[in-house]
Order: sequence, then structure tokens, then C-alpha cells
Amino acid sequence: MLAYTIKRLLAGVITVWFIATATFIAMHSVPGDPLMNDKAVTEEIRKNLEVKYGLDKSKPEQYFIFMKNMLAGDFGISFTQQNRKVNDIIRDHFPVSATLGLLAVFFAAIGGIVWGALTALYRNRLPDIIIMFLVILGISVPSFVFAALGQLSLVKINQLLGASVIPVAGWGTFAHMLVPSLVLGLGTMALLTRLMRSSMLEIVNEDYIKTAKAKGLSPLRIFFKHQLRNAILPVLTVLGPQIAAITTGGFVVELVFAIPGLGRYFVQAVQQLDYTVIMGTTVFYGAFLVFMVILVDIIYGFVDPRVRLQ
Amino acid sequence: MSDSILLNSKSTNTESLDFTPSEIALGVEQITRPSLSYWEDAWIRLKKNTRALISLYIVIGLTLFTLIGPLLWQVDPALQDLNQLSQAPSFPKTAIFIEEHIRWEGIILEDFPAEPDEFLANLPAPANLRTAETPTTQAVRIRWDPVVGAGGYAVYRNQHLPEGINDLGLPLGTKLGGNEVSYEDRLNVEGRDYFYSIVTTDGYDESDNYVTLKVSPELSITRADALVRGLITEDSVIANGDEINLAFHPFGTDYLGRDMLARLMEGARVSLFIGIVAPFLYVMFGIFYGGFAGYFGGKLDAMLMRFADFVVALPFLLFMILFKIAFGIGPGESGVLPMLIALVLLGWPATARLVRGQVLQIRTQGYIEAARLLGAKDHYLIIRHIIPNTMGVILVTLTFAVPAAIFTEAFLSFIGMGVAPPTPSWGSMCNEGVKTMLSHPHELIFPALFISITVLAFNLLGDGLTEALDSRMRSRE
Amino acid sequence: MRPKFFLFLTALLAGFVTSLSFAKVESTSANFETQTITLALTQEPPQLNSMKATDQVSSLILGHVMEGLLSYDRRGRLIPGVAEKWEFDASGGTFWLRKDAKWSDGKPVTADDFLFAWQTALKPETASEYSFIFYSIENAEAINQGDKPAEALGVTVIDDYTLKVKFGSPIGYFDKLAAYTTFFPVRRDFFESRAGRYGADAKDLLYNGPFRLTAWTHSASLKMVKNEHYWDKDNITLNAINADYITEDSRSRLNLYIDGKIVHTRLDGETYKDALTQRQRIRSFTTGSVFYLEYNFRDGRVTRNLNLRKAIQHVFEPEEFVNKVLATPGNLPGRSLFPVWLGGVEDKFRREYKAKEAKIDVSLAREYLQKAIQELGVKKIPPLVLLAGNSPTSAKQAEYMQGVLKEKLNIDVKIDVQTFKQRLAKMTSGDFDIVAAGWGPDFDDIMTFGDLFASWNLNNRGRYNNPEYDRLVRIGMTSTDPQTRMDAMGKLQDILYEEAVILPQYEQGVIYLMHPKLKGVVRRVVGADPDFRRARVVK
Repeated sequence: MLAYTIKRLLAGVITVWFIATATFIAMHSVPGDPLMNDKAVTEEIRKNLEVKYGLDKSKPEQYFIFMKNMLAGDFGISFTQQNRKVNDIIRDHFPVSATLGLLAVFFAAIGGIVWGALTALYRNRLPDIIIMFLVILGISVPSFVFAALGQLSLVKINQLLGASVIPVAGWGTFAHMLVPSLVLGLGTMALLTRLMRSSMLEIVNEDYIKTAKAKGLSPLRIFFKHQLRNAILPVLTVLGPQIAAITTGGFVVELVFAIPGLGRYFVQAVQQLDYTVIMGTTVFYGAFLVFMVILVDIIYGFVDPRVRLQ
Repeated sequence: MSDSILLNSKSTNTESLDFTPSEIALGVEQITRPSLSYWEDAWIRLKKNTRALISLYIVIGLTLFTLIGPLLWQVDPALQDLNQLSQAPSFPKTAIFIEEHIRWEGIILEDFPAEPDEFLANLPAPANLRTAETPTTQAVRIRWDPVVGAGGYAVYRNQHLPEGINDLGLPLGTKLGGNEVSYEDRLNVEGRDYFYSIVTTDGYDESDNYVTLKVSPELSITRADALVRGLITEDSVIANGDEINLAFHPFGTDYLGRDMLARLMEGARVSLFIGIVAPFLYVMFGIFYGGFAGYFGGKLDAMLMRFADFVVALPFLLFMILFKIAFGIGPGESGVLPMLIALVLLGWPATARLVRGQVLQIRTQGYIEAARLLGAKDHYLIIRHIIPNTMGVILVTLTFAVPAAIFTEAFLSFIGMGVAPPTPSWGSMCNEGVKTMLSHPHELIFPALFISITVLAFNLLGDGLTEALDSRMRSRE
Repeated sequence: MRPKFFLFLTALLAGFVTSLSFAKVESTSANFETQTITLALTQEPPQLNSMKATDQVSSLILGHVMEGLLSYDRRGRLIPGVAEKWEFDASGGTFWLRKDAKWSDGKPVTADDFLFAWQTALKPETASEYSFIFYSIENAEAINQGDKPAEALGVTVIDDYTLKVKFGSPIGYFDKLAAYTTFFPVRRDFFESRAGRYGADAKDLLYNGPFRLTAWTHSASLKMVKNEHYWDKDNITLNAINADYITEDSRSRLNLYIDGKIVHTRLDGETYKDALTQRQRIRSFTTGSVFYLEYNFRDGRVTRNLNLRKAIQHVFEPEEFVNKVLATPGNLPGRSLFPVWLGGVEDKFRREYKAKEAKIDVSLAREYLQKAIQELGVKKIPPLVLLAGNSPTSAKQAEYMQGVLKEKLNIDVKIDVQTFKQRLAKMTSGDFDIVAAGWGPDFDDIMTFGDLFASWNLNNRGRYNNPEYDRLVRIGMTSTDPQTRMDAMGKLQDILYEEAVILPQYEQGVIYLMHPKLKGVVRRVVGADPDFRRARVVK
């Protein structure tokens, strides 16, 4: 197990290096640069800027400087937030996104497992139909609609109560996290419901379930001891990447609910071509993703005794 | 079924314990129906499945809508009708014909001061607020009597009767002179009731009194507009005040007055193409990729999966911009094919992961070992045994891939890669419709509805296919 | 279980629908007792170093926590700031500073603070994007190019409260420039003590304005409290301004406003309808920015042809554009590069020099088009590329133009949608036929718009080059006689019309909501906007 983990981690480092290099090349191949702005600057001012930010050097030189700094753990200073180090940006804002993301995944997982199991157990009856209808709605309606609707509902509720009881935007307390994480987790919840449903449906007819029923075990016991453990495997497979995706992909939710998370920086950095932030967040995100995948694979091995790793 | 065992009447007689061999040969197993392969059997089940049938009808309906629709409803989806912006679905409307709109100079009194001699407190609202002529959607002209001590007048417009000084509605503008006692409103005037309010100002601050007038402009159209829209021709004999039928928009219009139905039809082409072909392609690719990885395991699996991780971690937007340049999409051209390629190139890892996970699970099953002992080759095992058993997971991903592709396409069009304006797609129509979600919901509801229908069709198809194809479910007769 | 469940659902739905009532939420954003207000910002300020700030949000914050030599009053006129008196002629001038202006640590604001700020802003290593604003001062440009040391700047400190400025070339509006953010003071010893981190956090700034920053949580909030050392503090009523929310989403800010959490928000084309249904008092004002379409004058471009541009000039109706496409109040139809608020000699510039208007005439336009086709030697005008941004409003405006040109002139327009930096790159390299552009004023003088299409200005993306135009621009920049300057600008306006150099579309107006109990807020065309410095919360 230990050897496996180490092997995976080493492979992960190489993957992250590839990600960094590919992103660097892509970033510099796209037209535009971080110094361009709506109000054009004169040639000499532009030269000053280039010297200051090291953009006057050749691309390979910039690459080596970047790699050297990255190995030392320094991602440089942001172009758009001109006094903030990228490290500080990640350090200040990632925990926010992570909290939001983990809470969202928590809701999604609980919801997905429960609804999915319900639809499988009550197949073709009313709960199944209602839940599947909601799932379709959940995946065909885009996330920004849900975010807008979610915030609007909060405003209406507050109006009904006459005072601002639930915060409609911002960050700081648990109450601030509730609705945004629900909205963020909706898409994943729908996916997990569907996955859970299909894998439960397969299992529900397996022989060992019939045996358990014949033995007289209660349905709840069967569910927890047998069905859940087997059905949850596809759910686990997507959970890793989904956590990573949600944590850094909460752009819309962060925008609508004014949450100071990393997702906003990630997207805006590309639009602003903020080289240092792009590199820093991409490498960070890549490392996080790789780590999550490794974690999930290890857990997978524990959950399913049939799948033994190497 | 056709077996029947005729018992010798004698053997039912309990008195006789004499067993004689029966004369009718008890049937050996007979073939009651032709032998079916897995796929043939699946096909029959599929045909019987109601869900699959419904989805089939939906798909046929959508195809007809996309291909035949434009022939039946020949309206140009790019034609802008600025007289009917954001109209909700309704019956055809008529409009009054007007020759043309001539700018109104307004009423500026000569014998009244523009600035007051002294600043009075609590200036009253103007008296005799009235329309200067018949209000139409081309212009609403109102006028009022001047107020002594006025330095100007602020004009407001609301869609309901104001309930107080804070409810006057939109501030249309301020006249900066006590002698300017008229206003012409042309700001997107629609054929509905408006309530205009005037507040007197001393040139700097507004007073707290106001007067309101209800105005109901008539829907009207000018000669120039009517000509461009094809509602009249150069030699039509038509006079001011006559009624003309405006173009009919059964699904309403969008924010630039374009017909929703025509746009939905044109949008269907792009959305359905991308929404079906792209997921199909990248799920296929993901199946084979993940299948091989999971089946062969070991170093191959490790390398393939690391590459998949690499693809997932790349910043999506950045690479999309890069692809756009790499594929050389010209300005204003619809790069549907490059977009398709880009979607496939970046979208397959999720399916690959899922399938690999399933395959890892399945390959330890007993029947795989058995088949291998019987001499089955690898590719036979994969195609004949493993993949059919991963159908459940595959179908789920396919179901989700469809709306994901449609919305990714909307996002790509938004950043300039994909369809260029004015070509619509359902996803981009949703993007635009969200802005007016509360005031003009039809702009969002219709494209979202069509996307939902497509998704529903795939969902039902997926369910039907699962029931037909999934071996474990089939054991339940 | 089932019937009860449905009953519950319907009850919930009904309650929701009827809750479209107008029960107002108790507002907490403006507090009378503590004289505190809460705001939302549209983005995280990228830079609070006044020598380098370029964007609106930074200018807003800096305008409240710092003060320059000059300031603006309620009506937008220049009034004394740190400087009590100033006098200028063609070669230079003097500022006399007040003796009671202090920094937030109690020390006095002196002439050296301004000298240091201006010198540092011009140093090449500071890489300030607005350093050009100093160029009329002797040696400023040379310093910025690295040819001379910062000490060579033509600014001298006569004593602690007297600052003398020497011009390198004559300029008639230096006082207007001096009110701009880049001219704010920075104290030498404080700046050096921050070791390069000046402006990075609340503690890395020293304040001489009515307020000072106490906390800055990046991307989340900024807190300002009244500066007890401000020389005019007795006239400042507010005790604290809390910018507790940062989001670009206008609907999100509207929701915050309705929820009583912030005192102000700007409305756009869609959110204003929601505000109307919520019975909110909407106000409007003109921002002073002008938006227009720029043509590409580079070699080989079809848009070089005058008749083509004139054809377009005669089919585009700014009124229809403003009333139907923008569809929000406050916008004025674009008739000139110079907006209506600019001052002329005695009255507004546009009243003294009327802008010519093109008569909307499709058949006349088609005549021009025919001439253009003949001159270009083509059968039909090739498709024009319209470069646009990817915001929803840009897309809508571009689609409208596409429709107009197609319907009235049968010209195909390809809309080239580009994200921000890619669009800028194309604008700089000239990869377009027409581009949607705009300009917001930096200072309160006609020259903030006047030099836009001079051949040396990099903001002249279409590379329009007219020596006569350049000559008139120079007069506007260097002449000290108001009449001469305005006459030159009047001729400039005529050239812009006759040559159809640009197609003016609109002068921007915005609509917004402001807390009814917050009085004394000033909306500005130049300077910090909205200006809460002399605001107060009433009962």
C-alpha cells in the first residue's frame, strides 16, 4: 500500500509538471498580454511595465525563471492585483472555496445517495417519477439560473419575515454558506442520483440480495450492509474529480453570492491574461485534483474488496 | 408450451398400481422460439419498452422541428423588429399607420422665466398635465402649465399608479428651465398603460409634490418600418390612422424583436448537432479508453489514467481560446466543427474514469475467468462481456453529457468560439434569457424547455436501453 | 402520505407567490445614530497606490481616503483641497498649501509630499500607466523615459507650504489635471518604510483625506472610518463607510439593496424592471462617457473610403439606438465626440459649438454607397468585420448594428466576438474594420477628449491621420486663451463630422438606487463617484 501511494505521488508530480508546462505554452500563445488595457499607454510606459514584470525577456527564459521560482514555492505577484503575491491569493481564498465546495459535495453526496436509492427501491412508482423529474430539471437548467433563483428566494423570505434573517450574499457565518453550497451542489447531486440509481438497480436483482432477503434480514439492514457498499462505487469514482471541480469551479455561485473564493480569480485571471495567477492557480488546482484522484483510488480499494490494487 | 403430457387415464386410477410406459414420448427440450443473440434480444425488448418509444417519438418530433420547421415557418430569424421588443407570445397585433416621426421641438414659453427670481420652498406640482396629441408607441408627448418659481421639471414614468413620491418609477429626464413645459417620451414605449408624473424643481432640488397622468399609447408603425418589414409595398395606398397587421409571433420575440420560433428552429440545428454528436463521440472514446485501461491494468492503466488527469486539470477557457486561434476561425464565422473537436478533446476523461472503475470491478467476476478458460481472446471479452455490463454507467454519462455539451456550447459562443451572432443556439438563448428572467420569462422558458425535452428524451432512451441491455436487469422477467 | 405532501407543496407555492407582496425588509445599511453606511464594490481594487491606480474602484476609494491639491465641489467645480491658493500662467505657476492639512498619523502635509509623489510616479521603475499626465511639466517625459533622474523634474519646494511648477510646454488647463488621482501626495519617509509594499494593505498606506482605511480583506471587504486629523473634519458627518460586499453581478447587488444591506447600487437594462416592481425610487445621472464606433483607416481597409462612412452615417439613428436598444433612461443620443457636459468658453461647449447632425435618409445613404462601390471598384461591399466584446450589452449593440447595415444598406457585417485581452490585442494590431469603443473623461477639460484622434495617440486605434486635426489638437493643448482653444475644438468637431471619422452612438447615462435616508451624495463625471465624503444619514 505504501509503495503504491509513493508511486502514485511521484507520478502526480510529473503530471503537475506537464500541466504547468502546457499551460505556460498555451498562455503565451494566446494573443494579448496582461499589460494591455482599455486606455492605451505610450511606448515608453509600456516598456517600463515590461521591464518591471519581466515580460521583456524571451519566452524560454521566462519559463525557466518561473519553474525555478515554482520549485521554491513562489508563484510571483499578480498582474492585476498589483500588490498581492499569488501565494497569498491562493492561501487567502482557497479555504473559502474549499469550505463551500466540501459543503456542496456533502449535500450532493447525501442527496444523491438518498434520492438515488429511493428511486431504485420505489422504481416506477411516484417517488421515482418525481425525483427523476427533478433530476432532469436539475441538469437542463443552467447553474446561473439556480443561483439567481436561490438568491431571489432568500430575498423573498426575508421580505416575508420583515427583516434580513438569512443573508442573501456575502461570507462569514454558516448561514452565509447554506444556500450557495446547495446551489453549487445541485448539478453533482443530480449526477450522483442518477449514478446511484442505475447501480442500485443492477444490484437489487443480484443473487446475494435475494439470499439476504431469504435469510430474513430487514430492508434497512440489507441496504446498509450490502447494497450501499456495492452501489456506491461509481459514486466514489466521480466524487474525487467532482470535489476538485466544484471547489475551483464555483465561479457563478461566488459571483452571485459575493463570496471571496478562488473560483472568481481562476476565471478572471484567464480573461485578464494575468500570467502569474493563471500559472499559480492552474498548478495548484492540478495538484489538488491529482491528490484527490489518488485519495479516491485508495479509498476505492478499501471499499471494494474485489478490486485490489497492483 | 406446446408440450403436453397426456396421461394414460389408467395411471390416474389409484386401484391400479400397474405402471405401464406412457405412449407419448415426453418431450425433450424443444426450441420454442428462435435462438436470440444478446443484441437481438435487446432490440426486441427495446421495441416493447414504453419509455424508449416515447423518447423515440420525441426525437422524431425534434428532428422534424429542426428540418421541416423552417420550411413551414418562413420567417427570417435575424430580422429585427424594434417595434415589438421582447413581446410575450400572443395573437397577431394591429398597429396604426403613421407617415413618419418628426422630432418635436417641444413647448418653451417665451414669457416665462427659465430660472426663478427667488427660491421657493415646497413648489407645487404643475397643473393641467395632459397629452399634446394622441399618444402612440412612436412618441408620447405631454405638456403642462408652468409653475411660478420653477427652475425645471423632472419627468417620471411608471407602469402602475404611483403610491407616493418614492414610487414614481423611471426618471425619464429633467427639463432645465421653468419655461420648458413639455416632454416627448420615446423610450421603448409599448402598447400598454403608463403613468407619467411631473415633479417641479427649483433648478437643483426636486420638490415633494407630484401630479400623475395615465396614458395609453396606441401601437403604431411608421412608413419606413412598415416597408422594411414587408408589411406594405411602395405603392400601397394607405393613410395615416389606418390599421396594419403586424407580423405574427406565436412564441413572442426576443430582446431585439426577432421571432422566437424562427430562432428556436435555427438554434435547434446547432444545439442538437453539438448536443448529440459531441457527447456521443467523447463517450465512445471514453469507453474504449477507460475499458482498455481498466482491463489491462498495470503500467498501461497507470499511464493512461495519469494522462486523463492531465487533461482534466488544464484550464478550460484558456485552451478554448487557444483552439479557436489554432483552428483559424475567422471573425464572425461559426466554428461548429472546431468546437466539436475541442469539446471531444477536453471532455472524455470523466467517462473514461467511470468506465475504468466499472471494468475493474467486472473483470474479477467469475464468468470472465470462465470465458477466458474457454479460450476467449481479450477483445472478445471486452466487447462481448465487459462493455455490455458497464452499460448502466455509460448510459448515465451519456444522459448528462447532452445538456453539458449544449451549455458548454453556449459558453463557447459567448466567448466567441462557436456560433457567431446572429446565429442562435438554445444554450446562448438561455444565456440571454436569464437577464430578463423576471420581466420577460418567455425568453428563457422556451429554449430551456426545448433543452429539457431533449434531455428528457435521452433520459428515457437511457432508461429503456438499460432495461433492454443490462443483463442483470434482464434476469427479472 | 401522498395527498398531504401535495397539499404542503401547494401551500408553500401559494405562500411564495403571494409573498410577491411588497413587505419591506428593515434596512441596516444606513445608521443614523452611528452615522455609518454600508456599500458594495463592483470589484476588488487592484491598486491603492495613488501613483499607479487607473481604474474606477481604486479612484473611488482613494478619493475618499486621500486628498490632492485641488478638489471638486457639489456642482463639480474646482475648489481648494490641500492647496489654498494657486496661480498659473503660460510658463508655470505656484500652489500655496494650507497649514492645517495633516496626515492620519498627525504629521502635516507638506509640499515635499507632492514633489516626492510626482517624482516617484515618473520614475520608470514605478511603471505608472498614468505618468503621461505629468508630461507638461519640465523634464517629466525625459524622466519617464529614463533619460534624466527624477530630481530633474521642474517642480520646486520653496518652503514647506509652497510648491512651484515649471512647464516644459505651455498648457492652459494644468489646474484641472492637478485634481486627478495620480497627483495625490505620498510622504517620503512612510513610503520608504514600507519597503516596496506601499499600497498593498490598509497598514501600508497613509491617509490625508476625510476617511482612512482600517481594514482590507481582499475580495471581501474594506472598512473606512472618519479621519480625525483631516483639516475639515468638522464638516464631515459620516463616521464610517463599510464596503462589505464585492461582486460584479448587478442583480446580486440589487438583491442586497432590497434586502437592506447596502445603500447604493447601479441598475442596468434588466435589473431596473425588477427595481420597478419592487417599488424602489430610481434616480439617474449622466456619467460623462461617450461611446462610438471607430473605423479602421489603415491601408487596404474598405473603411478608408469616405463615401462608405457617410453612407453608414446616414442610416444609423442614435435615437432609435438609445430608445430601443439601450432602453434605459439617462442615455443621450450620440451626436459628437464631445459630450454635453463639457465646458466651453462661458457656457457648455455643445451649446456654443453646435454639433452637426446627419439626416437619416436611406436613399441618400444608398447614393453614397453607390459612389463608394464605384470608387472601390467592387461589385458589392465585402463583409465588414465588427470587433466587439463578449459582454451581453456589447453583443446586443453589435447585433443591432449588423441588422441596420444589412437591412438598409445590404452590407454584411461579421461580428467578431473576442474576450477582453484578445479584443485589445486586435485593436492594437488593427485587425478589424469597425470596433465598438468608448472613452471616459479623466479630468474636467475638453482636452480629455480632444486628443483622442491625434495621430500620435495610441488610443486612436483606427490610426486616423490628419495633419490639420493634429494642428488643432496642439492648439487646444498649448494655447492659454480659452476662446482660441474652444474655436480649435469646434473646428475639430466639424472635421469629425465631415470626415465621419467615428460614428457616435450615445452618451452614457446610468440609473441607480440610493438609500432615501442618505443625503448629500454627489455623483461625479470626474473624480470619485459616488462621492460620499459630505454625505449624512438623516432620521
